[in-house]
Parts: sequence; structure tokens; C-alpha cells
Amino acid sequence: MAVTLSHSLPVQTLPRTMQVGGVTVPVDLVTTGWPDPQMRLEDYDPEADLMTINMGPQHPSTHGVLRVKLWLDGETVVKAVPYVGYLHRGVEKLCEKLTYVQLTPIVDKNDYVSPMMNEMAINMAIENALGIEPPRRAQYMRSILAEIQRIGSHLISVGTWGLDMGGAIGGGATIFMFCMRERELLLDLFEELTGCRFHYNTHTVGGQRHDLPVGWDVKAKQVLARIVERSYEYEQFLVENPICRARARGVAVLDPLLAMECGASGPILRGSGVDFDLRRDAPYAAYGEIEVRVPTRTEGDALARAMVRVDEIRESARIASALLDGVPEGPICALKPVKLPGAVKLMEGETAYAAVEGPRGELGTYLVAQTDRKVGQHPYRLKIRSPSLHALSLLPYLCPGHTLADVVVIIGSLDPIMGEVDR
Amino acid sequence: MIVLFDSPWLHGALLGLVVSVSLLTVTAAGLLYERKFAGRLQNRPGPTEVGPWGLLQPVADGLKLFQKEQIVPAAAQRFLFLLAPLLVVVAALAGAAVIPWSAELMVADLHMGVLWALAMASLMPLPVWIAGWSSNNKYALLGAMRTVAQGISYEVPLLLTALVPIILTGSFRMGDIVAAQADLRWFALWPPGPGAVAFVLFLLTALAESNRIPFDIPEAESELVAGVTVEYTGMNFGMFYLAEYVHSLVASAIAAALFLGGWDMGPLGSGLHWMLLKTLLLWAVIFWIRWTLLRFRSDQLMELCWRWLVPLGLGLVLFTATWKVFA
Repeated sequence: MAVTLSHSLPVQTLPRTMQVGGVTVPVDLVTTGWPDPQMRLEDYDPEADLMTINMGPQHPSTHGVLRVKLWLDGETVVKAVPYVGYLHRGVEKLCEKLTYVQLTPIVDKNDYVSPMMNEMAINMAIENALGIEPPRRAQYMRSILAEIQRIGSHLISVGTWGLDMGGAIGGGATIFMFCMRERELLLDLFEELTGCRFHYNTHTVGGQRHDLPVGWDVKAKQVLARIVERSYEYEQFLVENPICRARARGVAVLDPLLAMECGASGPILRGSGVDFDLRRDAPYAAYGEIEVRVPTRTEGDALARAMVRVDEIRESARIASALLDGVPEGPICALKPVKLPGAVKLMEGETAYAAVEGPRGELGTYLVAQTDRKVGQHPYRLKIRSPSLHALSLLPYLCPGHTLADVVVIIGSLDPIMGEVDR
Repeated sequence: MIVLFDSPWLHGALLGLVVSVSLLTVTAAGLLYERKFAGRLQNRPGPTEVGPWGLLQPVADGLKLFQKEQIVPAAAQRFLFLLAPLLVVVAALAGAAVIPWSAELMVADLHMGVLWALAMASLMPLPVWIAGWSSNNKYALLGAMRTVAQGISYEVPLLLTALVPIILTGSFRMGDIVAAQADLRWFALWPPGPGAVAFVLFLLTALAESNRIPFDIPEAESELVAGVTVEYTGMNFGMFYLAEYVHSLVASAIAAALFLGGWDMGPLGSGLHWMLLKTLLLWAVIFWIRWTLLRFRSDQLMELCWRWLVPLGLGLVLFTATWKVFA
């Protein structure tokens, strides 16, 4: 079987050249004025008394166990180097020893703020390799659940961003609690559907495990309507708050070219004005049957990224409500219920890549099947392309020139999930 | 004024003890009050488990802090490290000496009363700096440097705004200032415009002086973990916490005395209860601000102070002096 790709990406034509005084010159990091992340500290002002500070891995604002080594001149960051790996659990290696149907609950724990996205990406990759298509009802359910997960994830992101700016004992905590209040409603929905509030294990190879309960759609629509209503509250609290604007506007302006260069995706890319969204540009699940509006901002600063997230909360609620209206009847899984873990088999070096638009960007899974028929029930190699890792690679560019207080705002606006970065 | 003993030493010591203990009690009650308040603001009930309605929560908090181990980092300067928490509470409580709780109840009615309170308030950066330096921790050092910068900058507008009632009264004595506002001629309302501006400005700068949100960058736990208190444990940490609360309570009391007529309530009579009510209301405003707003960045804080508050304060003083001469 040939290489199956879940979608063909639109060819990105990066502007590799720019006009300087009528002359076409190639774009590189120096001409665009980005700070050089490889800066040698010996080249810095020798009079300056630089202080090295290790932010993390135990730090309240690094969103987990991220460690950023900072060189400070006073309070101004001269150089920033992120270190990852403190939450490495060897998930990709572990996946090589598990059967295909056993992978879902393992990858659940990668992006622990939106676990269903991981399930969806990995199962889509397996389905692509198998060459099967989930039934339409399952496709609709996947899209609906993905949108609700996106709302939940963005609520956490916006709330913790408030914590980063306002402190755990103060106004930031109030925003955080408001966001958690709404997320609770979403978790109740998931609990009713799957029996779990956090790690669901509801996607499976070929479709879904749990069918929608009776009356779930009505309940879900009520919750979504309430969240859309409350999203204006977050906007007033956060992005329309003068202190927040003073803190975040013009901080860490991200050039769209640099964003694409580093592989950033999702709200980070859209906050910089690049109109790219896999749901619209390479539709999967049920997204082909519905219009997906992609909110973008051109400012590219930390505030723009947060505003894109708030806009996406509303857009996702709209998409989910619209899809809930048209859920078709039918089976929810293309395969028979799996009795034995090794029932799904892939062999002869099949490879597949599937990507979904997670809350943080393109969440991809690359799968290479075994060549040996005897061990065909588990993958030869599995690679997860996590958007958070690529987002963190922006830190050395974004931090220099800003103060220590800005660094937490920048990290918060990139919204990394360390479970997904380290896997 | 109540005179307990002929000896001024005994009188001062006893009355000071009474006021300090009651201040600390009010502070403990204020902790519970704030936690309940914040809880309601955030759609949660706040403390409910310890005692009826969580009334014993501050006691439990205090006991917890007392039984914790006091860790002194090996690289810290031990003497200074242990001295700082004491000094910080002393500086906070000393300012309370001149608060005119009522016409009779005042620890000391100094003829330089307002200046004493402001001097004690501006003493705060010193122990905080000692704490930050002796902790031998980079986060603590950064927090301490911020405290010094912020404390010294915000003293200027604080003093300028406090000058408004002083000029209007013609006295530094707290009792005189309150007496001058008799019959509801509060300085926050009269003279109409600048008095209110001075009042708001005073509250703002007092917030900054006592390191409360939105000006709490010295401890800024989101970037500096806990700022100067990062190496402190147990009751040593509790002292800083307590000092912050006492400081904001004293600031509200002084604001109430300087701008809201202190113990006097015109036709409704006068007494300790009015002063307490005004103080607690201002304290509640401070809590409200704390649980609603985000935090400024340190350079923005400096900009706010030197570019806006100081010129505004100077203008206020100039206006008040002119008004005093010509009116």
C-alpha cells in the first residue's frame, strides 16, 4: 500500500526575499531584525553585570516543568534559552510496544488540557494506514467533541494567562476561577458521554466508543450558549482591561515569517496574521460539511494571541452547535467492537500521517507500521508532532529585550503544555 | 485623651500594647474577611470548614505557620535574615501609633503625627531590602530591588497628597486635622475637586506603599515566585504577610482620618465606631481592587509614578496653597 497522507497541505509559498532600497535580498534572521538567539554573551556590553537566572523547572508560571535560562541585565532579558525534557515519559517508545487499540489511552496524557485531540490524531493516522473511514455519525461526533475540547483548552489558556499577569492571589485568580467555572460545565458534558472527566479513551480505531446519550445535544447547546455569553465577560476582564493591555500590547511581537520558520501553528500563527487552519484548509472529520471561519489578528503580540483564543471560543461554540443540529443516525464505529488488543493489524511498512487542528495548532501523528507480520499489531515507530514544542522554539527570539515580568506573559501567550512538549 | 498613667513611658507602653494587639486581631479577622470576600467574588464559598462559617480559619492559619520549621538557608546571613521579619512588623505597627481612633483613644497625639505615619511607612523598604539581600537568592534580590525602587518613588506622591489636608488645616497633628473636618466638611469632599483627587491619589499611593495589587511587584509570585519572602518559612514568612495586612490597614485608617473626617460623623455623632467603619470600608476597597485587577510591570509602575502622580501631586499642593491663601 502506498503512503497515505490524511491531507495534502496547501503549498506554502514563503516570501524568501524582500525588497531593500529597490534591491531584492534574501530574507534571513539578521536582515529582518530578529534578535539572534545564538548571541554570544561575550559580545554583550562588557560593563554590564549579567545575572543568570533559572526560571523553572519548579516555578509557578512556566506552565509545568519548563525551564528557561535567562541572562538578565538589570531586569531586561538579554538572552533566553528554553530547556525541555523534565516531563519526558517515553510515550513514543512505549507506543512501539503497545497494540494499536491500546495507544489511545496512552496518548491521552500528552496534551492533558485537550486529551481528545490526541486520541483523534492517533486514531486518524491508524485509520489512514488501514484505509478505513469512520461512519458519518462518528465523524460528526469527533468534530463536535474536538470543538468542545478546544473551548475547554482555550478557557484554561486564557485563565492561566490571567494568573501569569495578576498572580495567584489577586485579580488573575478571579479570571482563572471564572474560566474554570465554565470549563466545569464542559467536563460535565464529557462525563455524561464517556464516564470520565479528563482522560476519556473515547476515540477508537474506526470511530467512537461511546454513543451520544439521549438529550445530550440539547444540554450541550445550552452550555455552549452560556459560554458564548460569558466569553464577553472574559474579554472585559482581560483584553479590555487597561492594565492587561499595558502589559501585553506590543509585547513579543511575532513576525509571521519567523512564526512559519519555527513551525508555529494555531492561535500563535493566526495572531500574527497568517490565515491558516487545518479545519478549513485540509478538512477532516465533519469539517468539510460546515463553514469554518478562522479568526486572525495582524498585531502579532501577546494580546493578539489571547484575543484570537477568545474569538475561537465563540467560533468553536458556533461550529459545535451547528454540527449538533445535523448529527446523522447510524453506527459509530466502522470496525466491530474490539475484543482482543491485537485485533487491529498493520504490516508491510505502511506509513501514515494525520494531523488535526488542536487548540495549540497542528497536532500530527506519523505512523510507520511493522514490516514483520508476526508483530503487526503494534507500530514500528510513532512520532507525534506537538505544536507546543514548536511554540517554545520561539522563546529565544521573543524574550530578549523584554523584562523578566514579560517573560511569563510571553510563555503564557504561547500556551505550551509540557506533557505534549516532552511526551 | 485617655491618660492611663502619669508616667508617659508606662502610658505609651500599655496603650501601644492594647492598640497593637487589637490591630493584629482586626488583621486576623480581616484575613478571614478577605478570603470570604474573594470567595464570593469568584463563585466559591471561601473558608467554611474551620469553626462555624470558617470563623476560626485565621487561627488555624496562624497555628499552621507557628508549627512549621523555620529554615534558614545555609548561604543566608543568619542574623539579618532573622532580623528582617521582626523589623517589618515593627515598621508596620509603629505607623499605627498616631492613628486617631477617637478623640480620646490615640496612642500618641504627636504634633508631627502625619509625618510620623509617613516616615514609618517609608521605613518599610529597609527591612524588605534586608530580607532580600540576606536571603542570598536571586529572586529575593530582584524583589528587594523592586521594593526599594517602588517604595522610594511612591513616597513622593504620598507625601504630596498628604500635604493637602495638612495645608488646609495648618497642622501636622492628626487630632487637629480630624477636628478641622467637623460637621462633615471632609477634605475628600471639600474643596470640591482637588480634595477628591487627593483622596484617590492617596489611596493609590498607599496601595503601592503597602505592596498590594496592582502594585505588588516586589512579591510578584508569577515571575519572582514569592519575591523577598521566597526563602522564608513558617512564622518568619507569616510576619511579612501580617505586616502587609497591617500596613494596608494603617494606610486605610490614615486615609480615613486625613480625608474622611476620622471619628466625626457630623449630626450622626462621633466616636470610635465611625472611625472603624470608615477604615474597614476603605480596607474593603483595597481588597476589592486586589481581587479584580492585574499587576503592573515595574517600569510601568515607575512611569505612572513619575510621569503622572508626582506632577499631579505637585499641582494639587500648589492649588491647595493658593486656595488656602485666597479663600
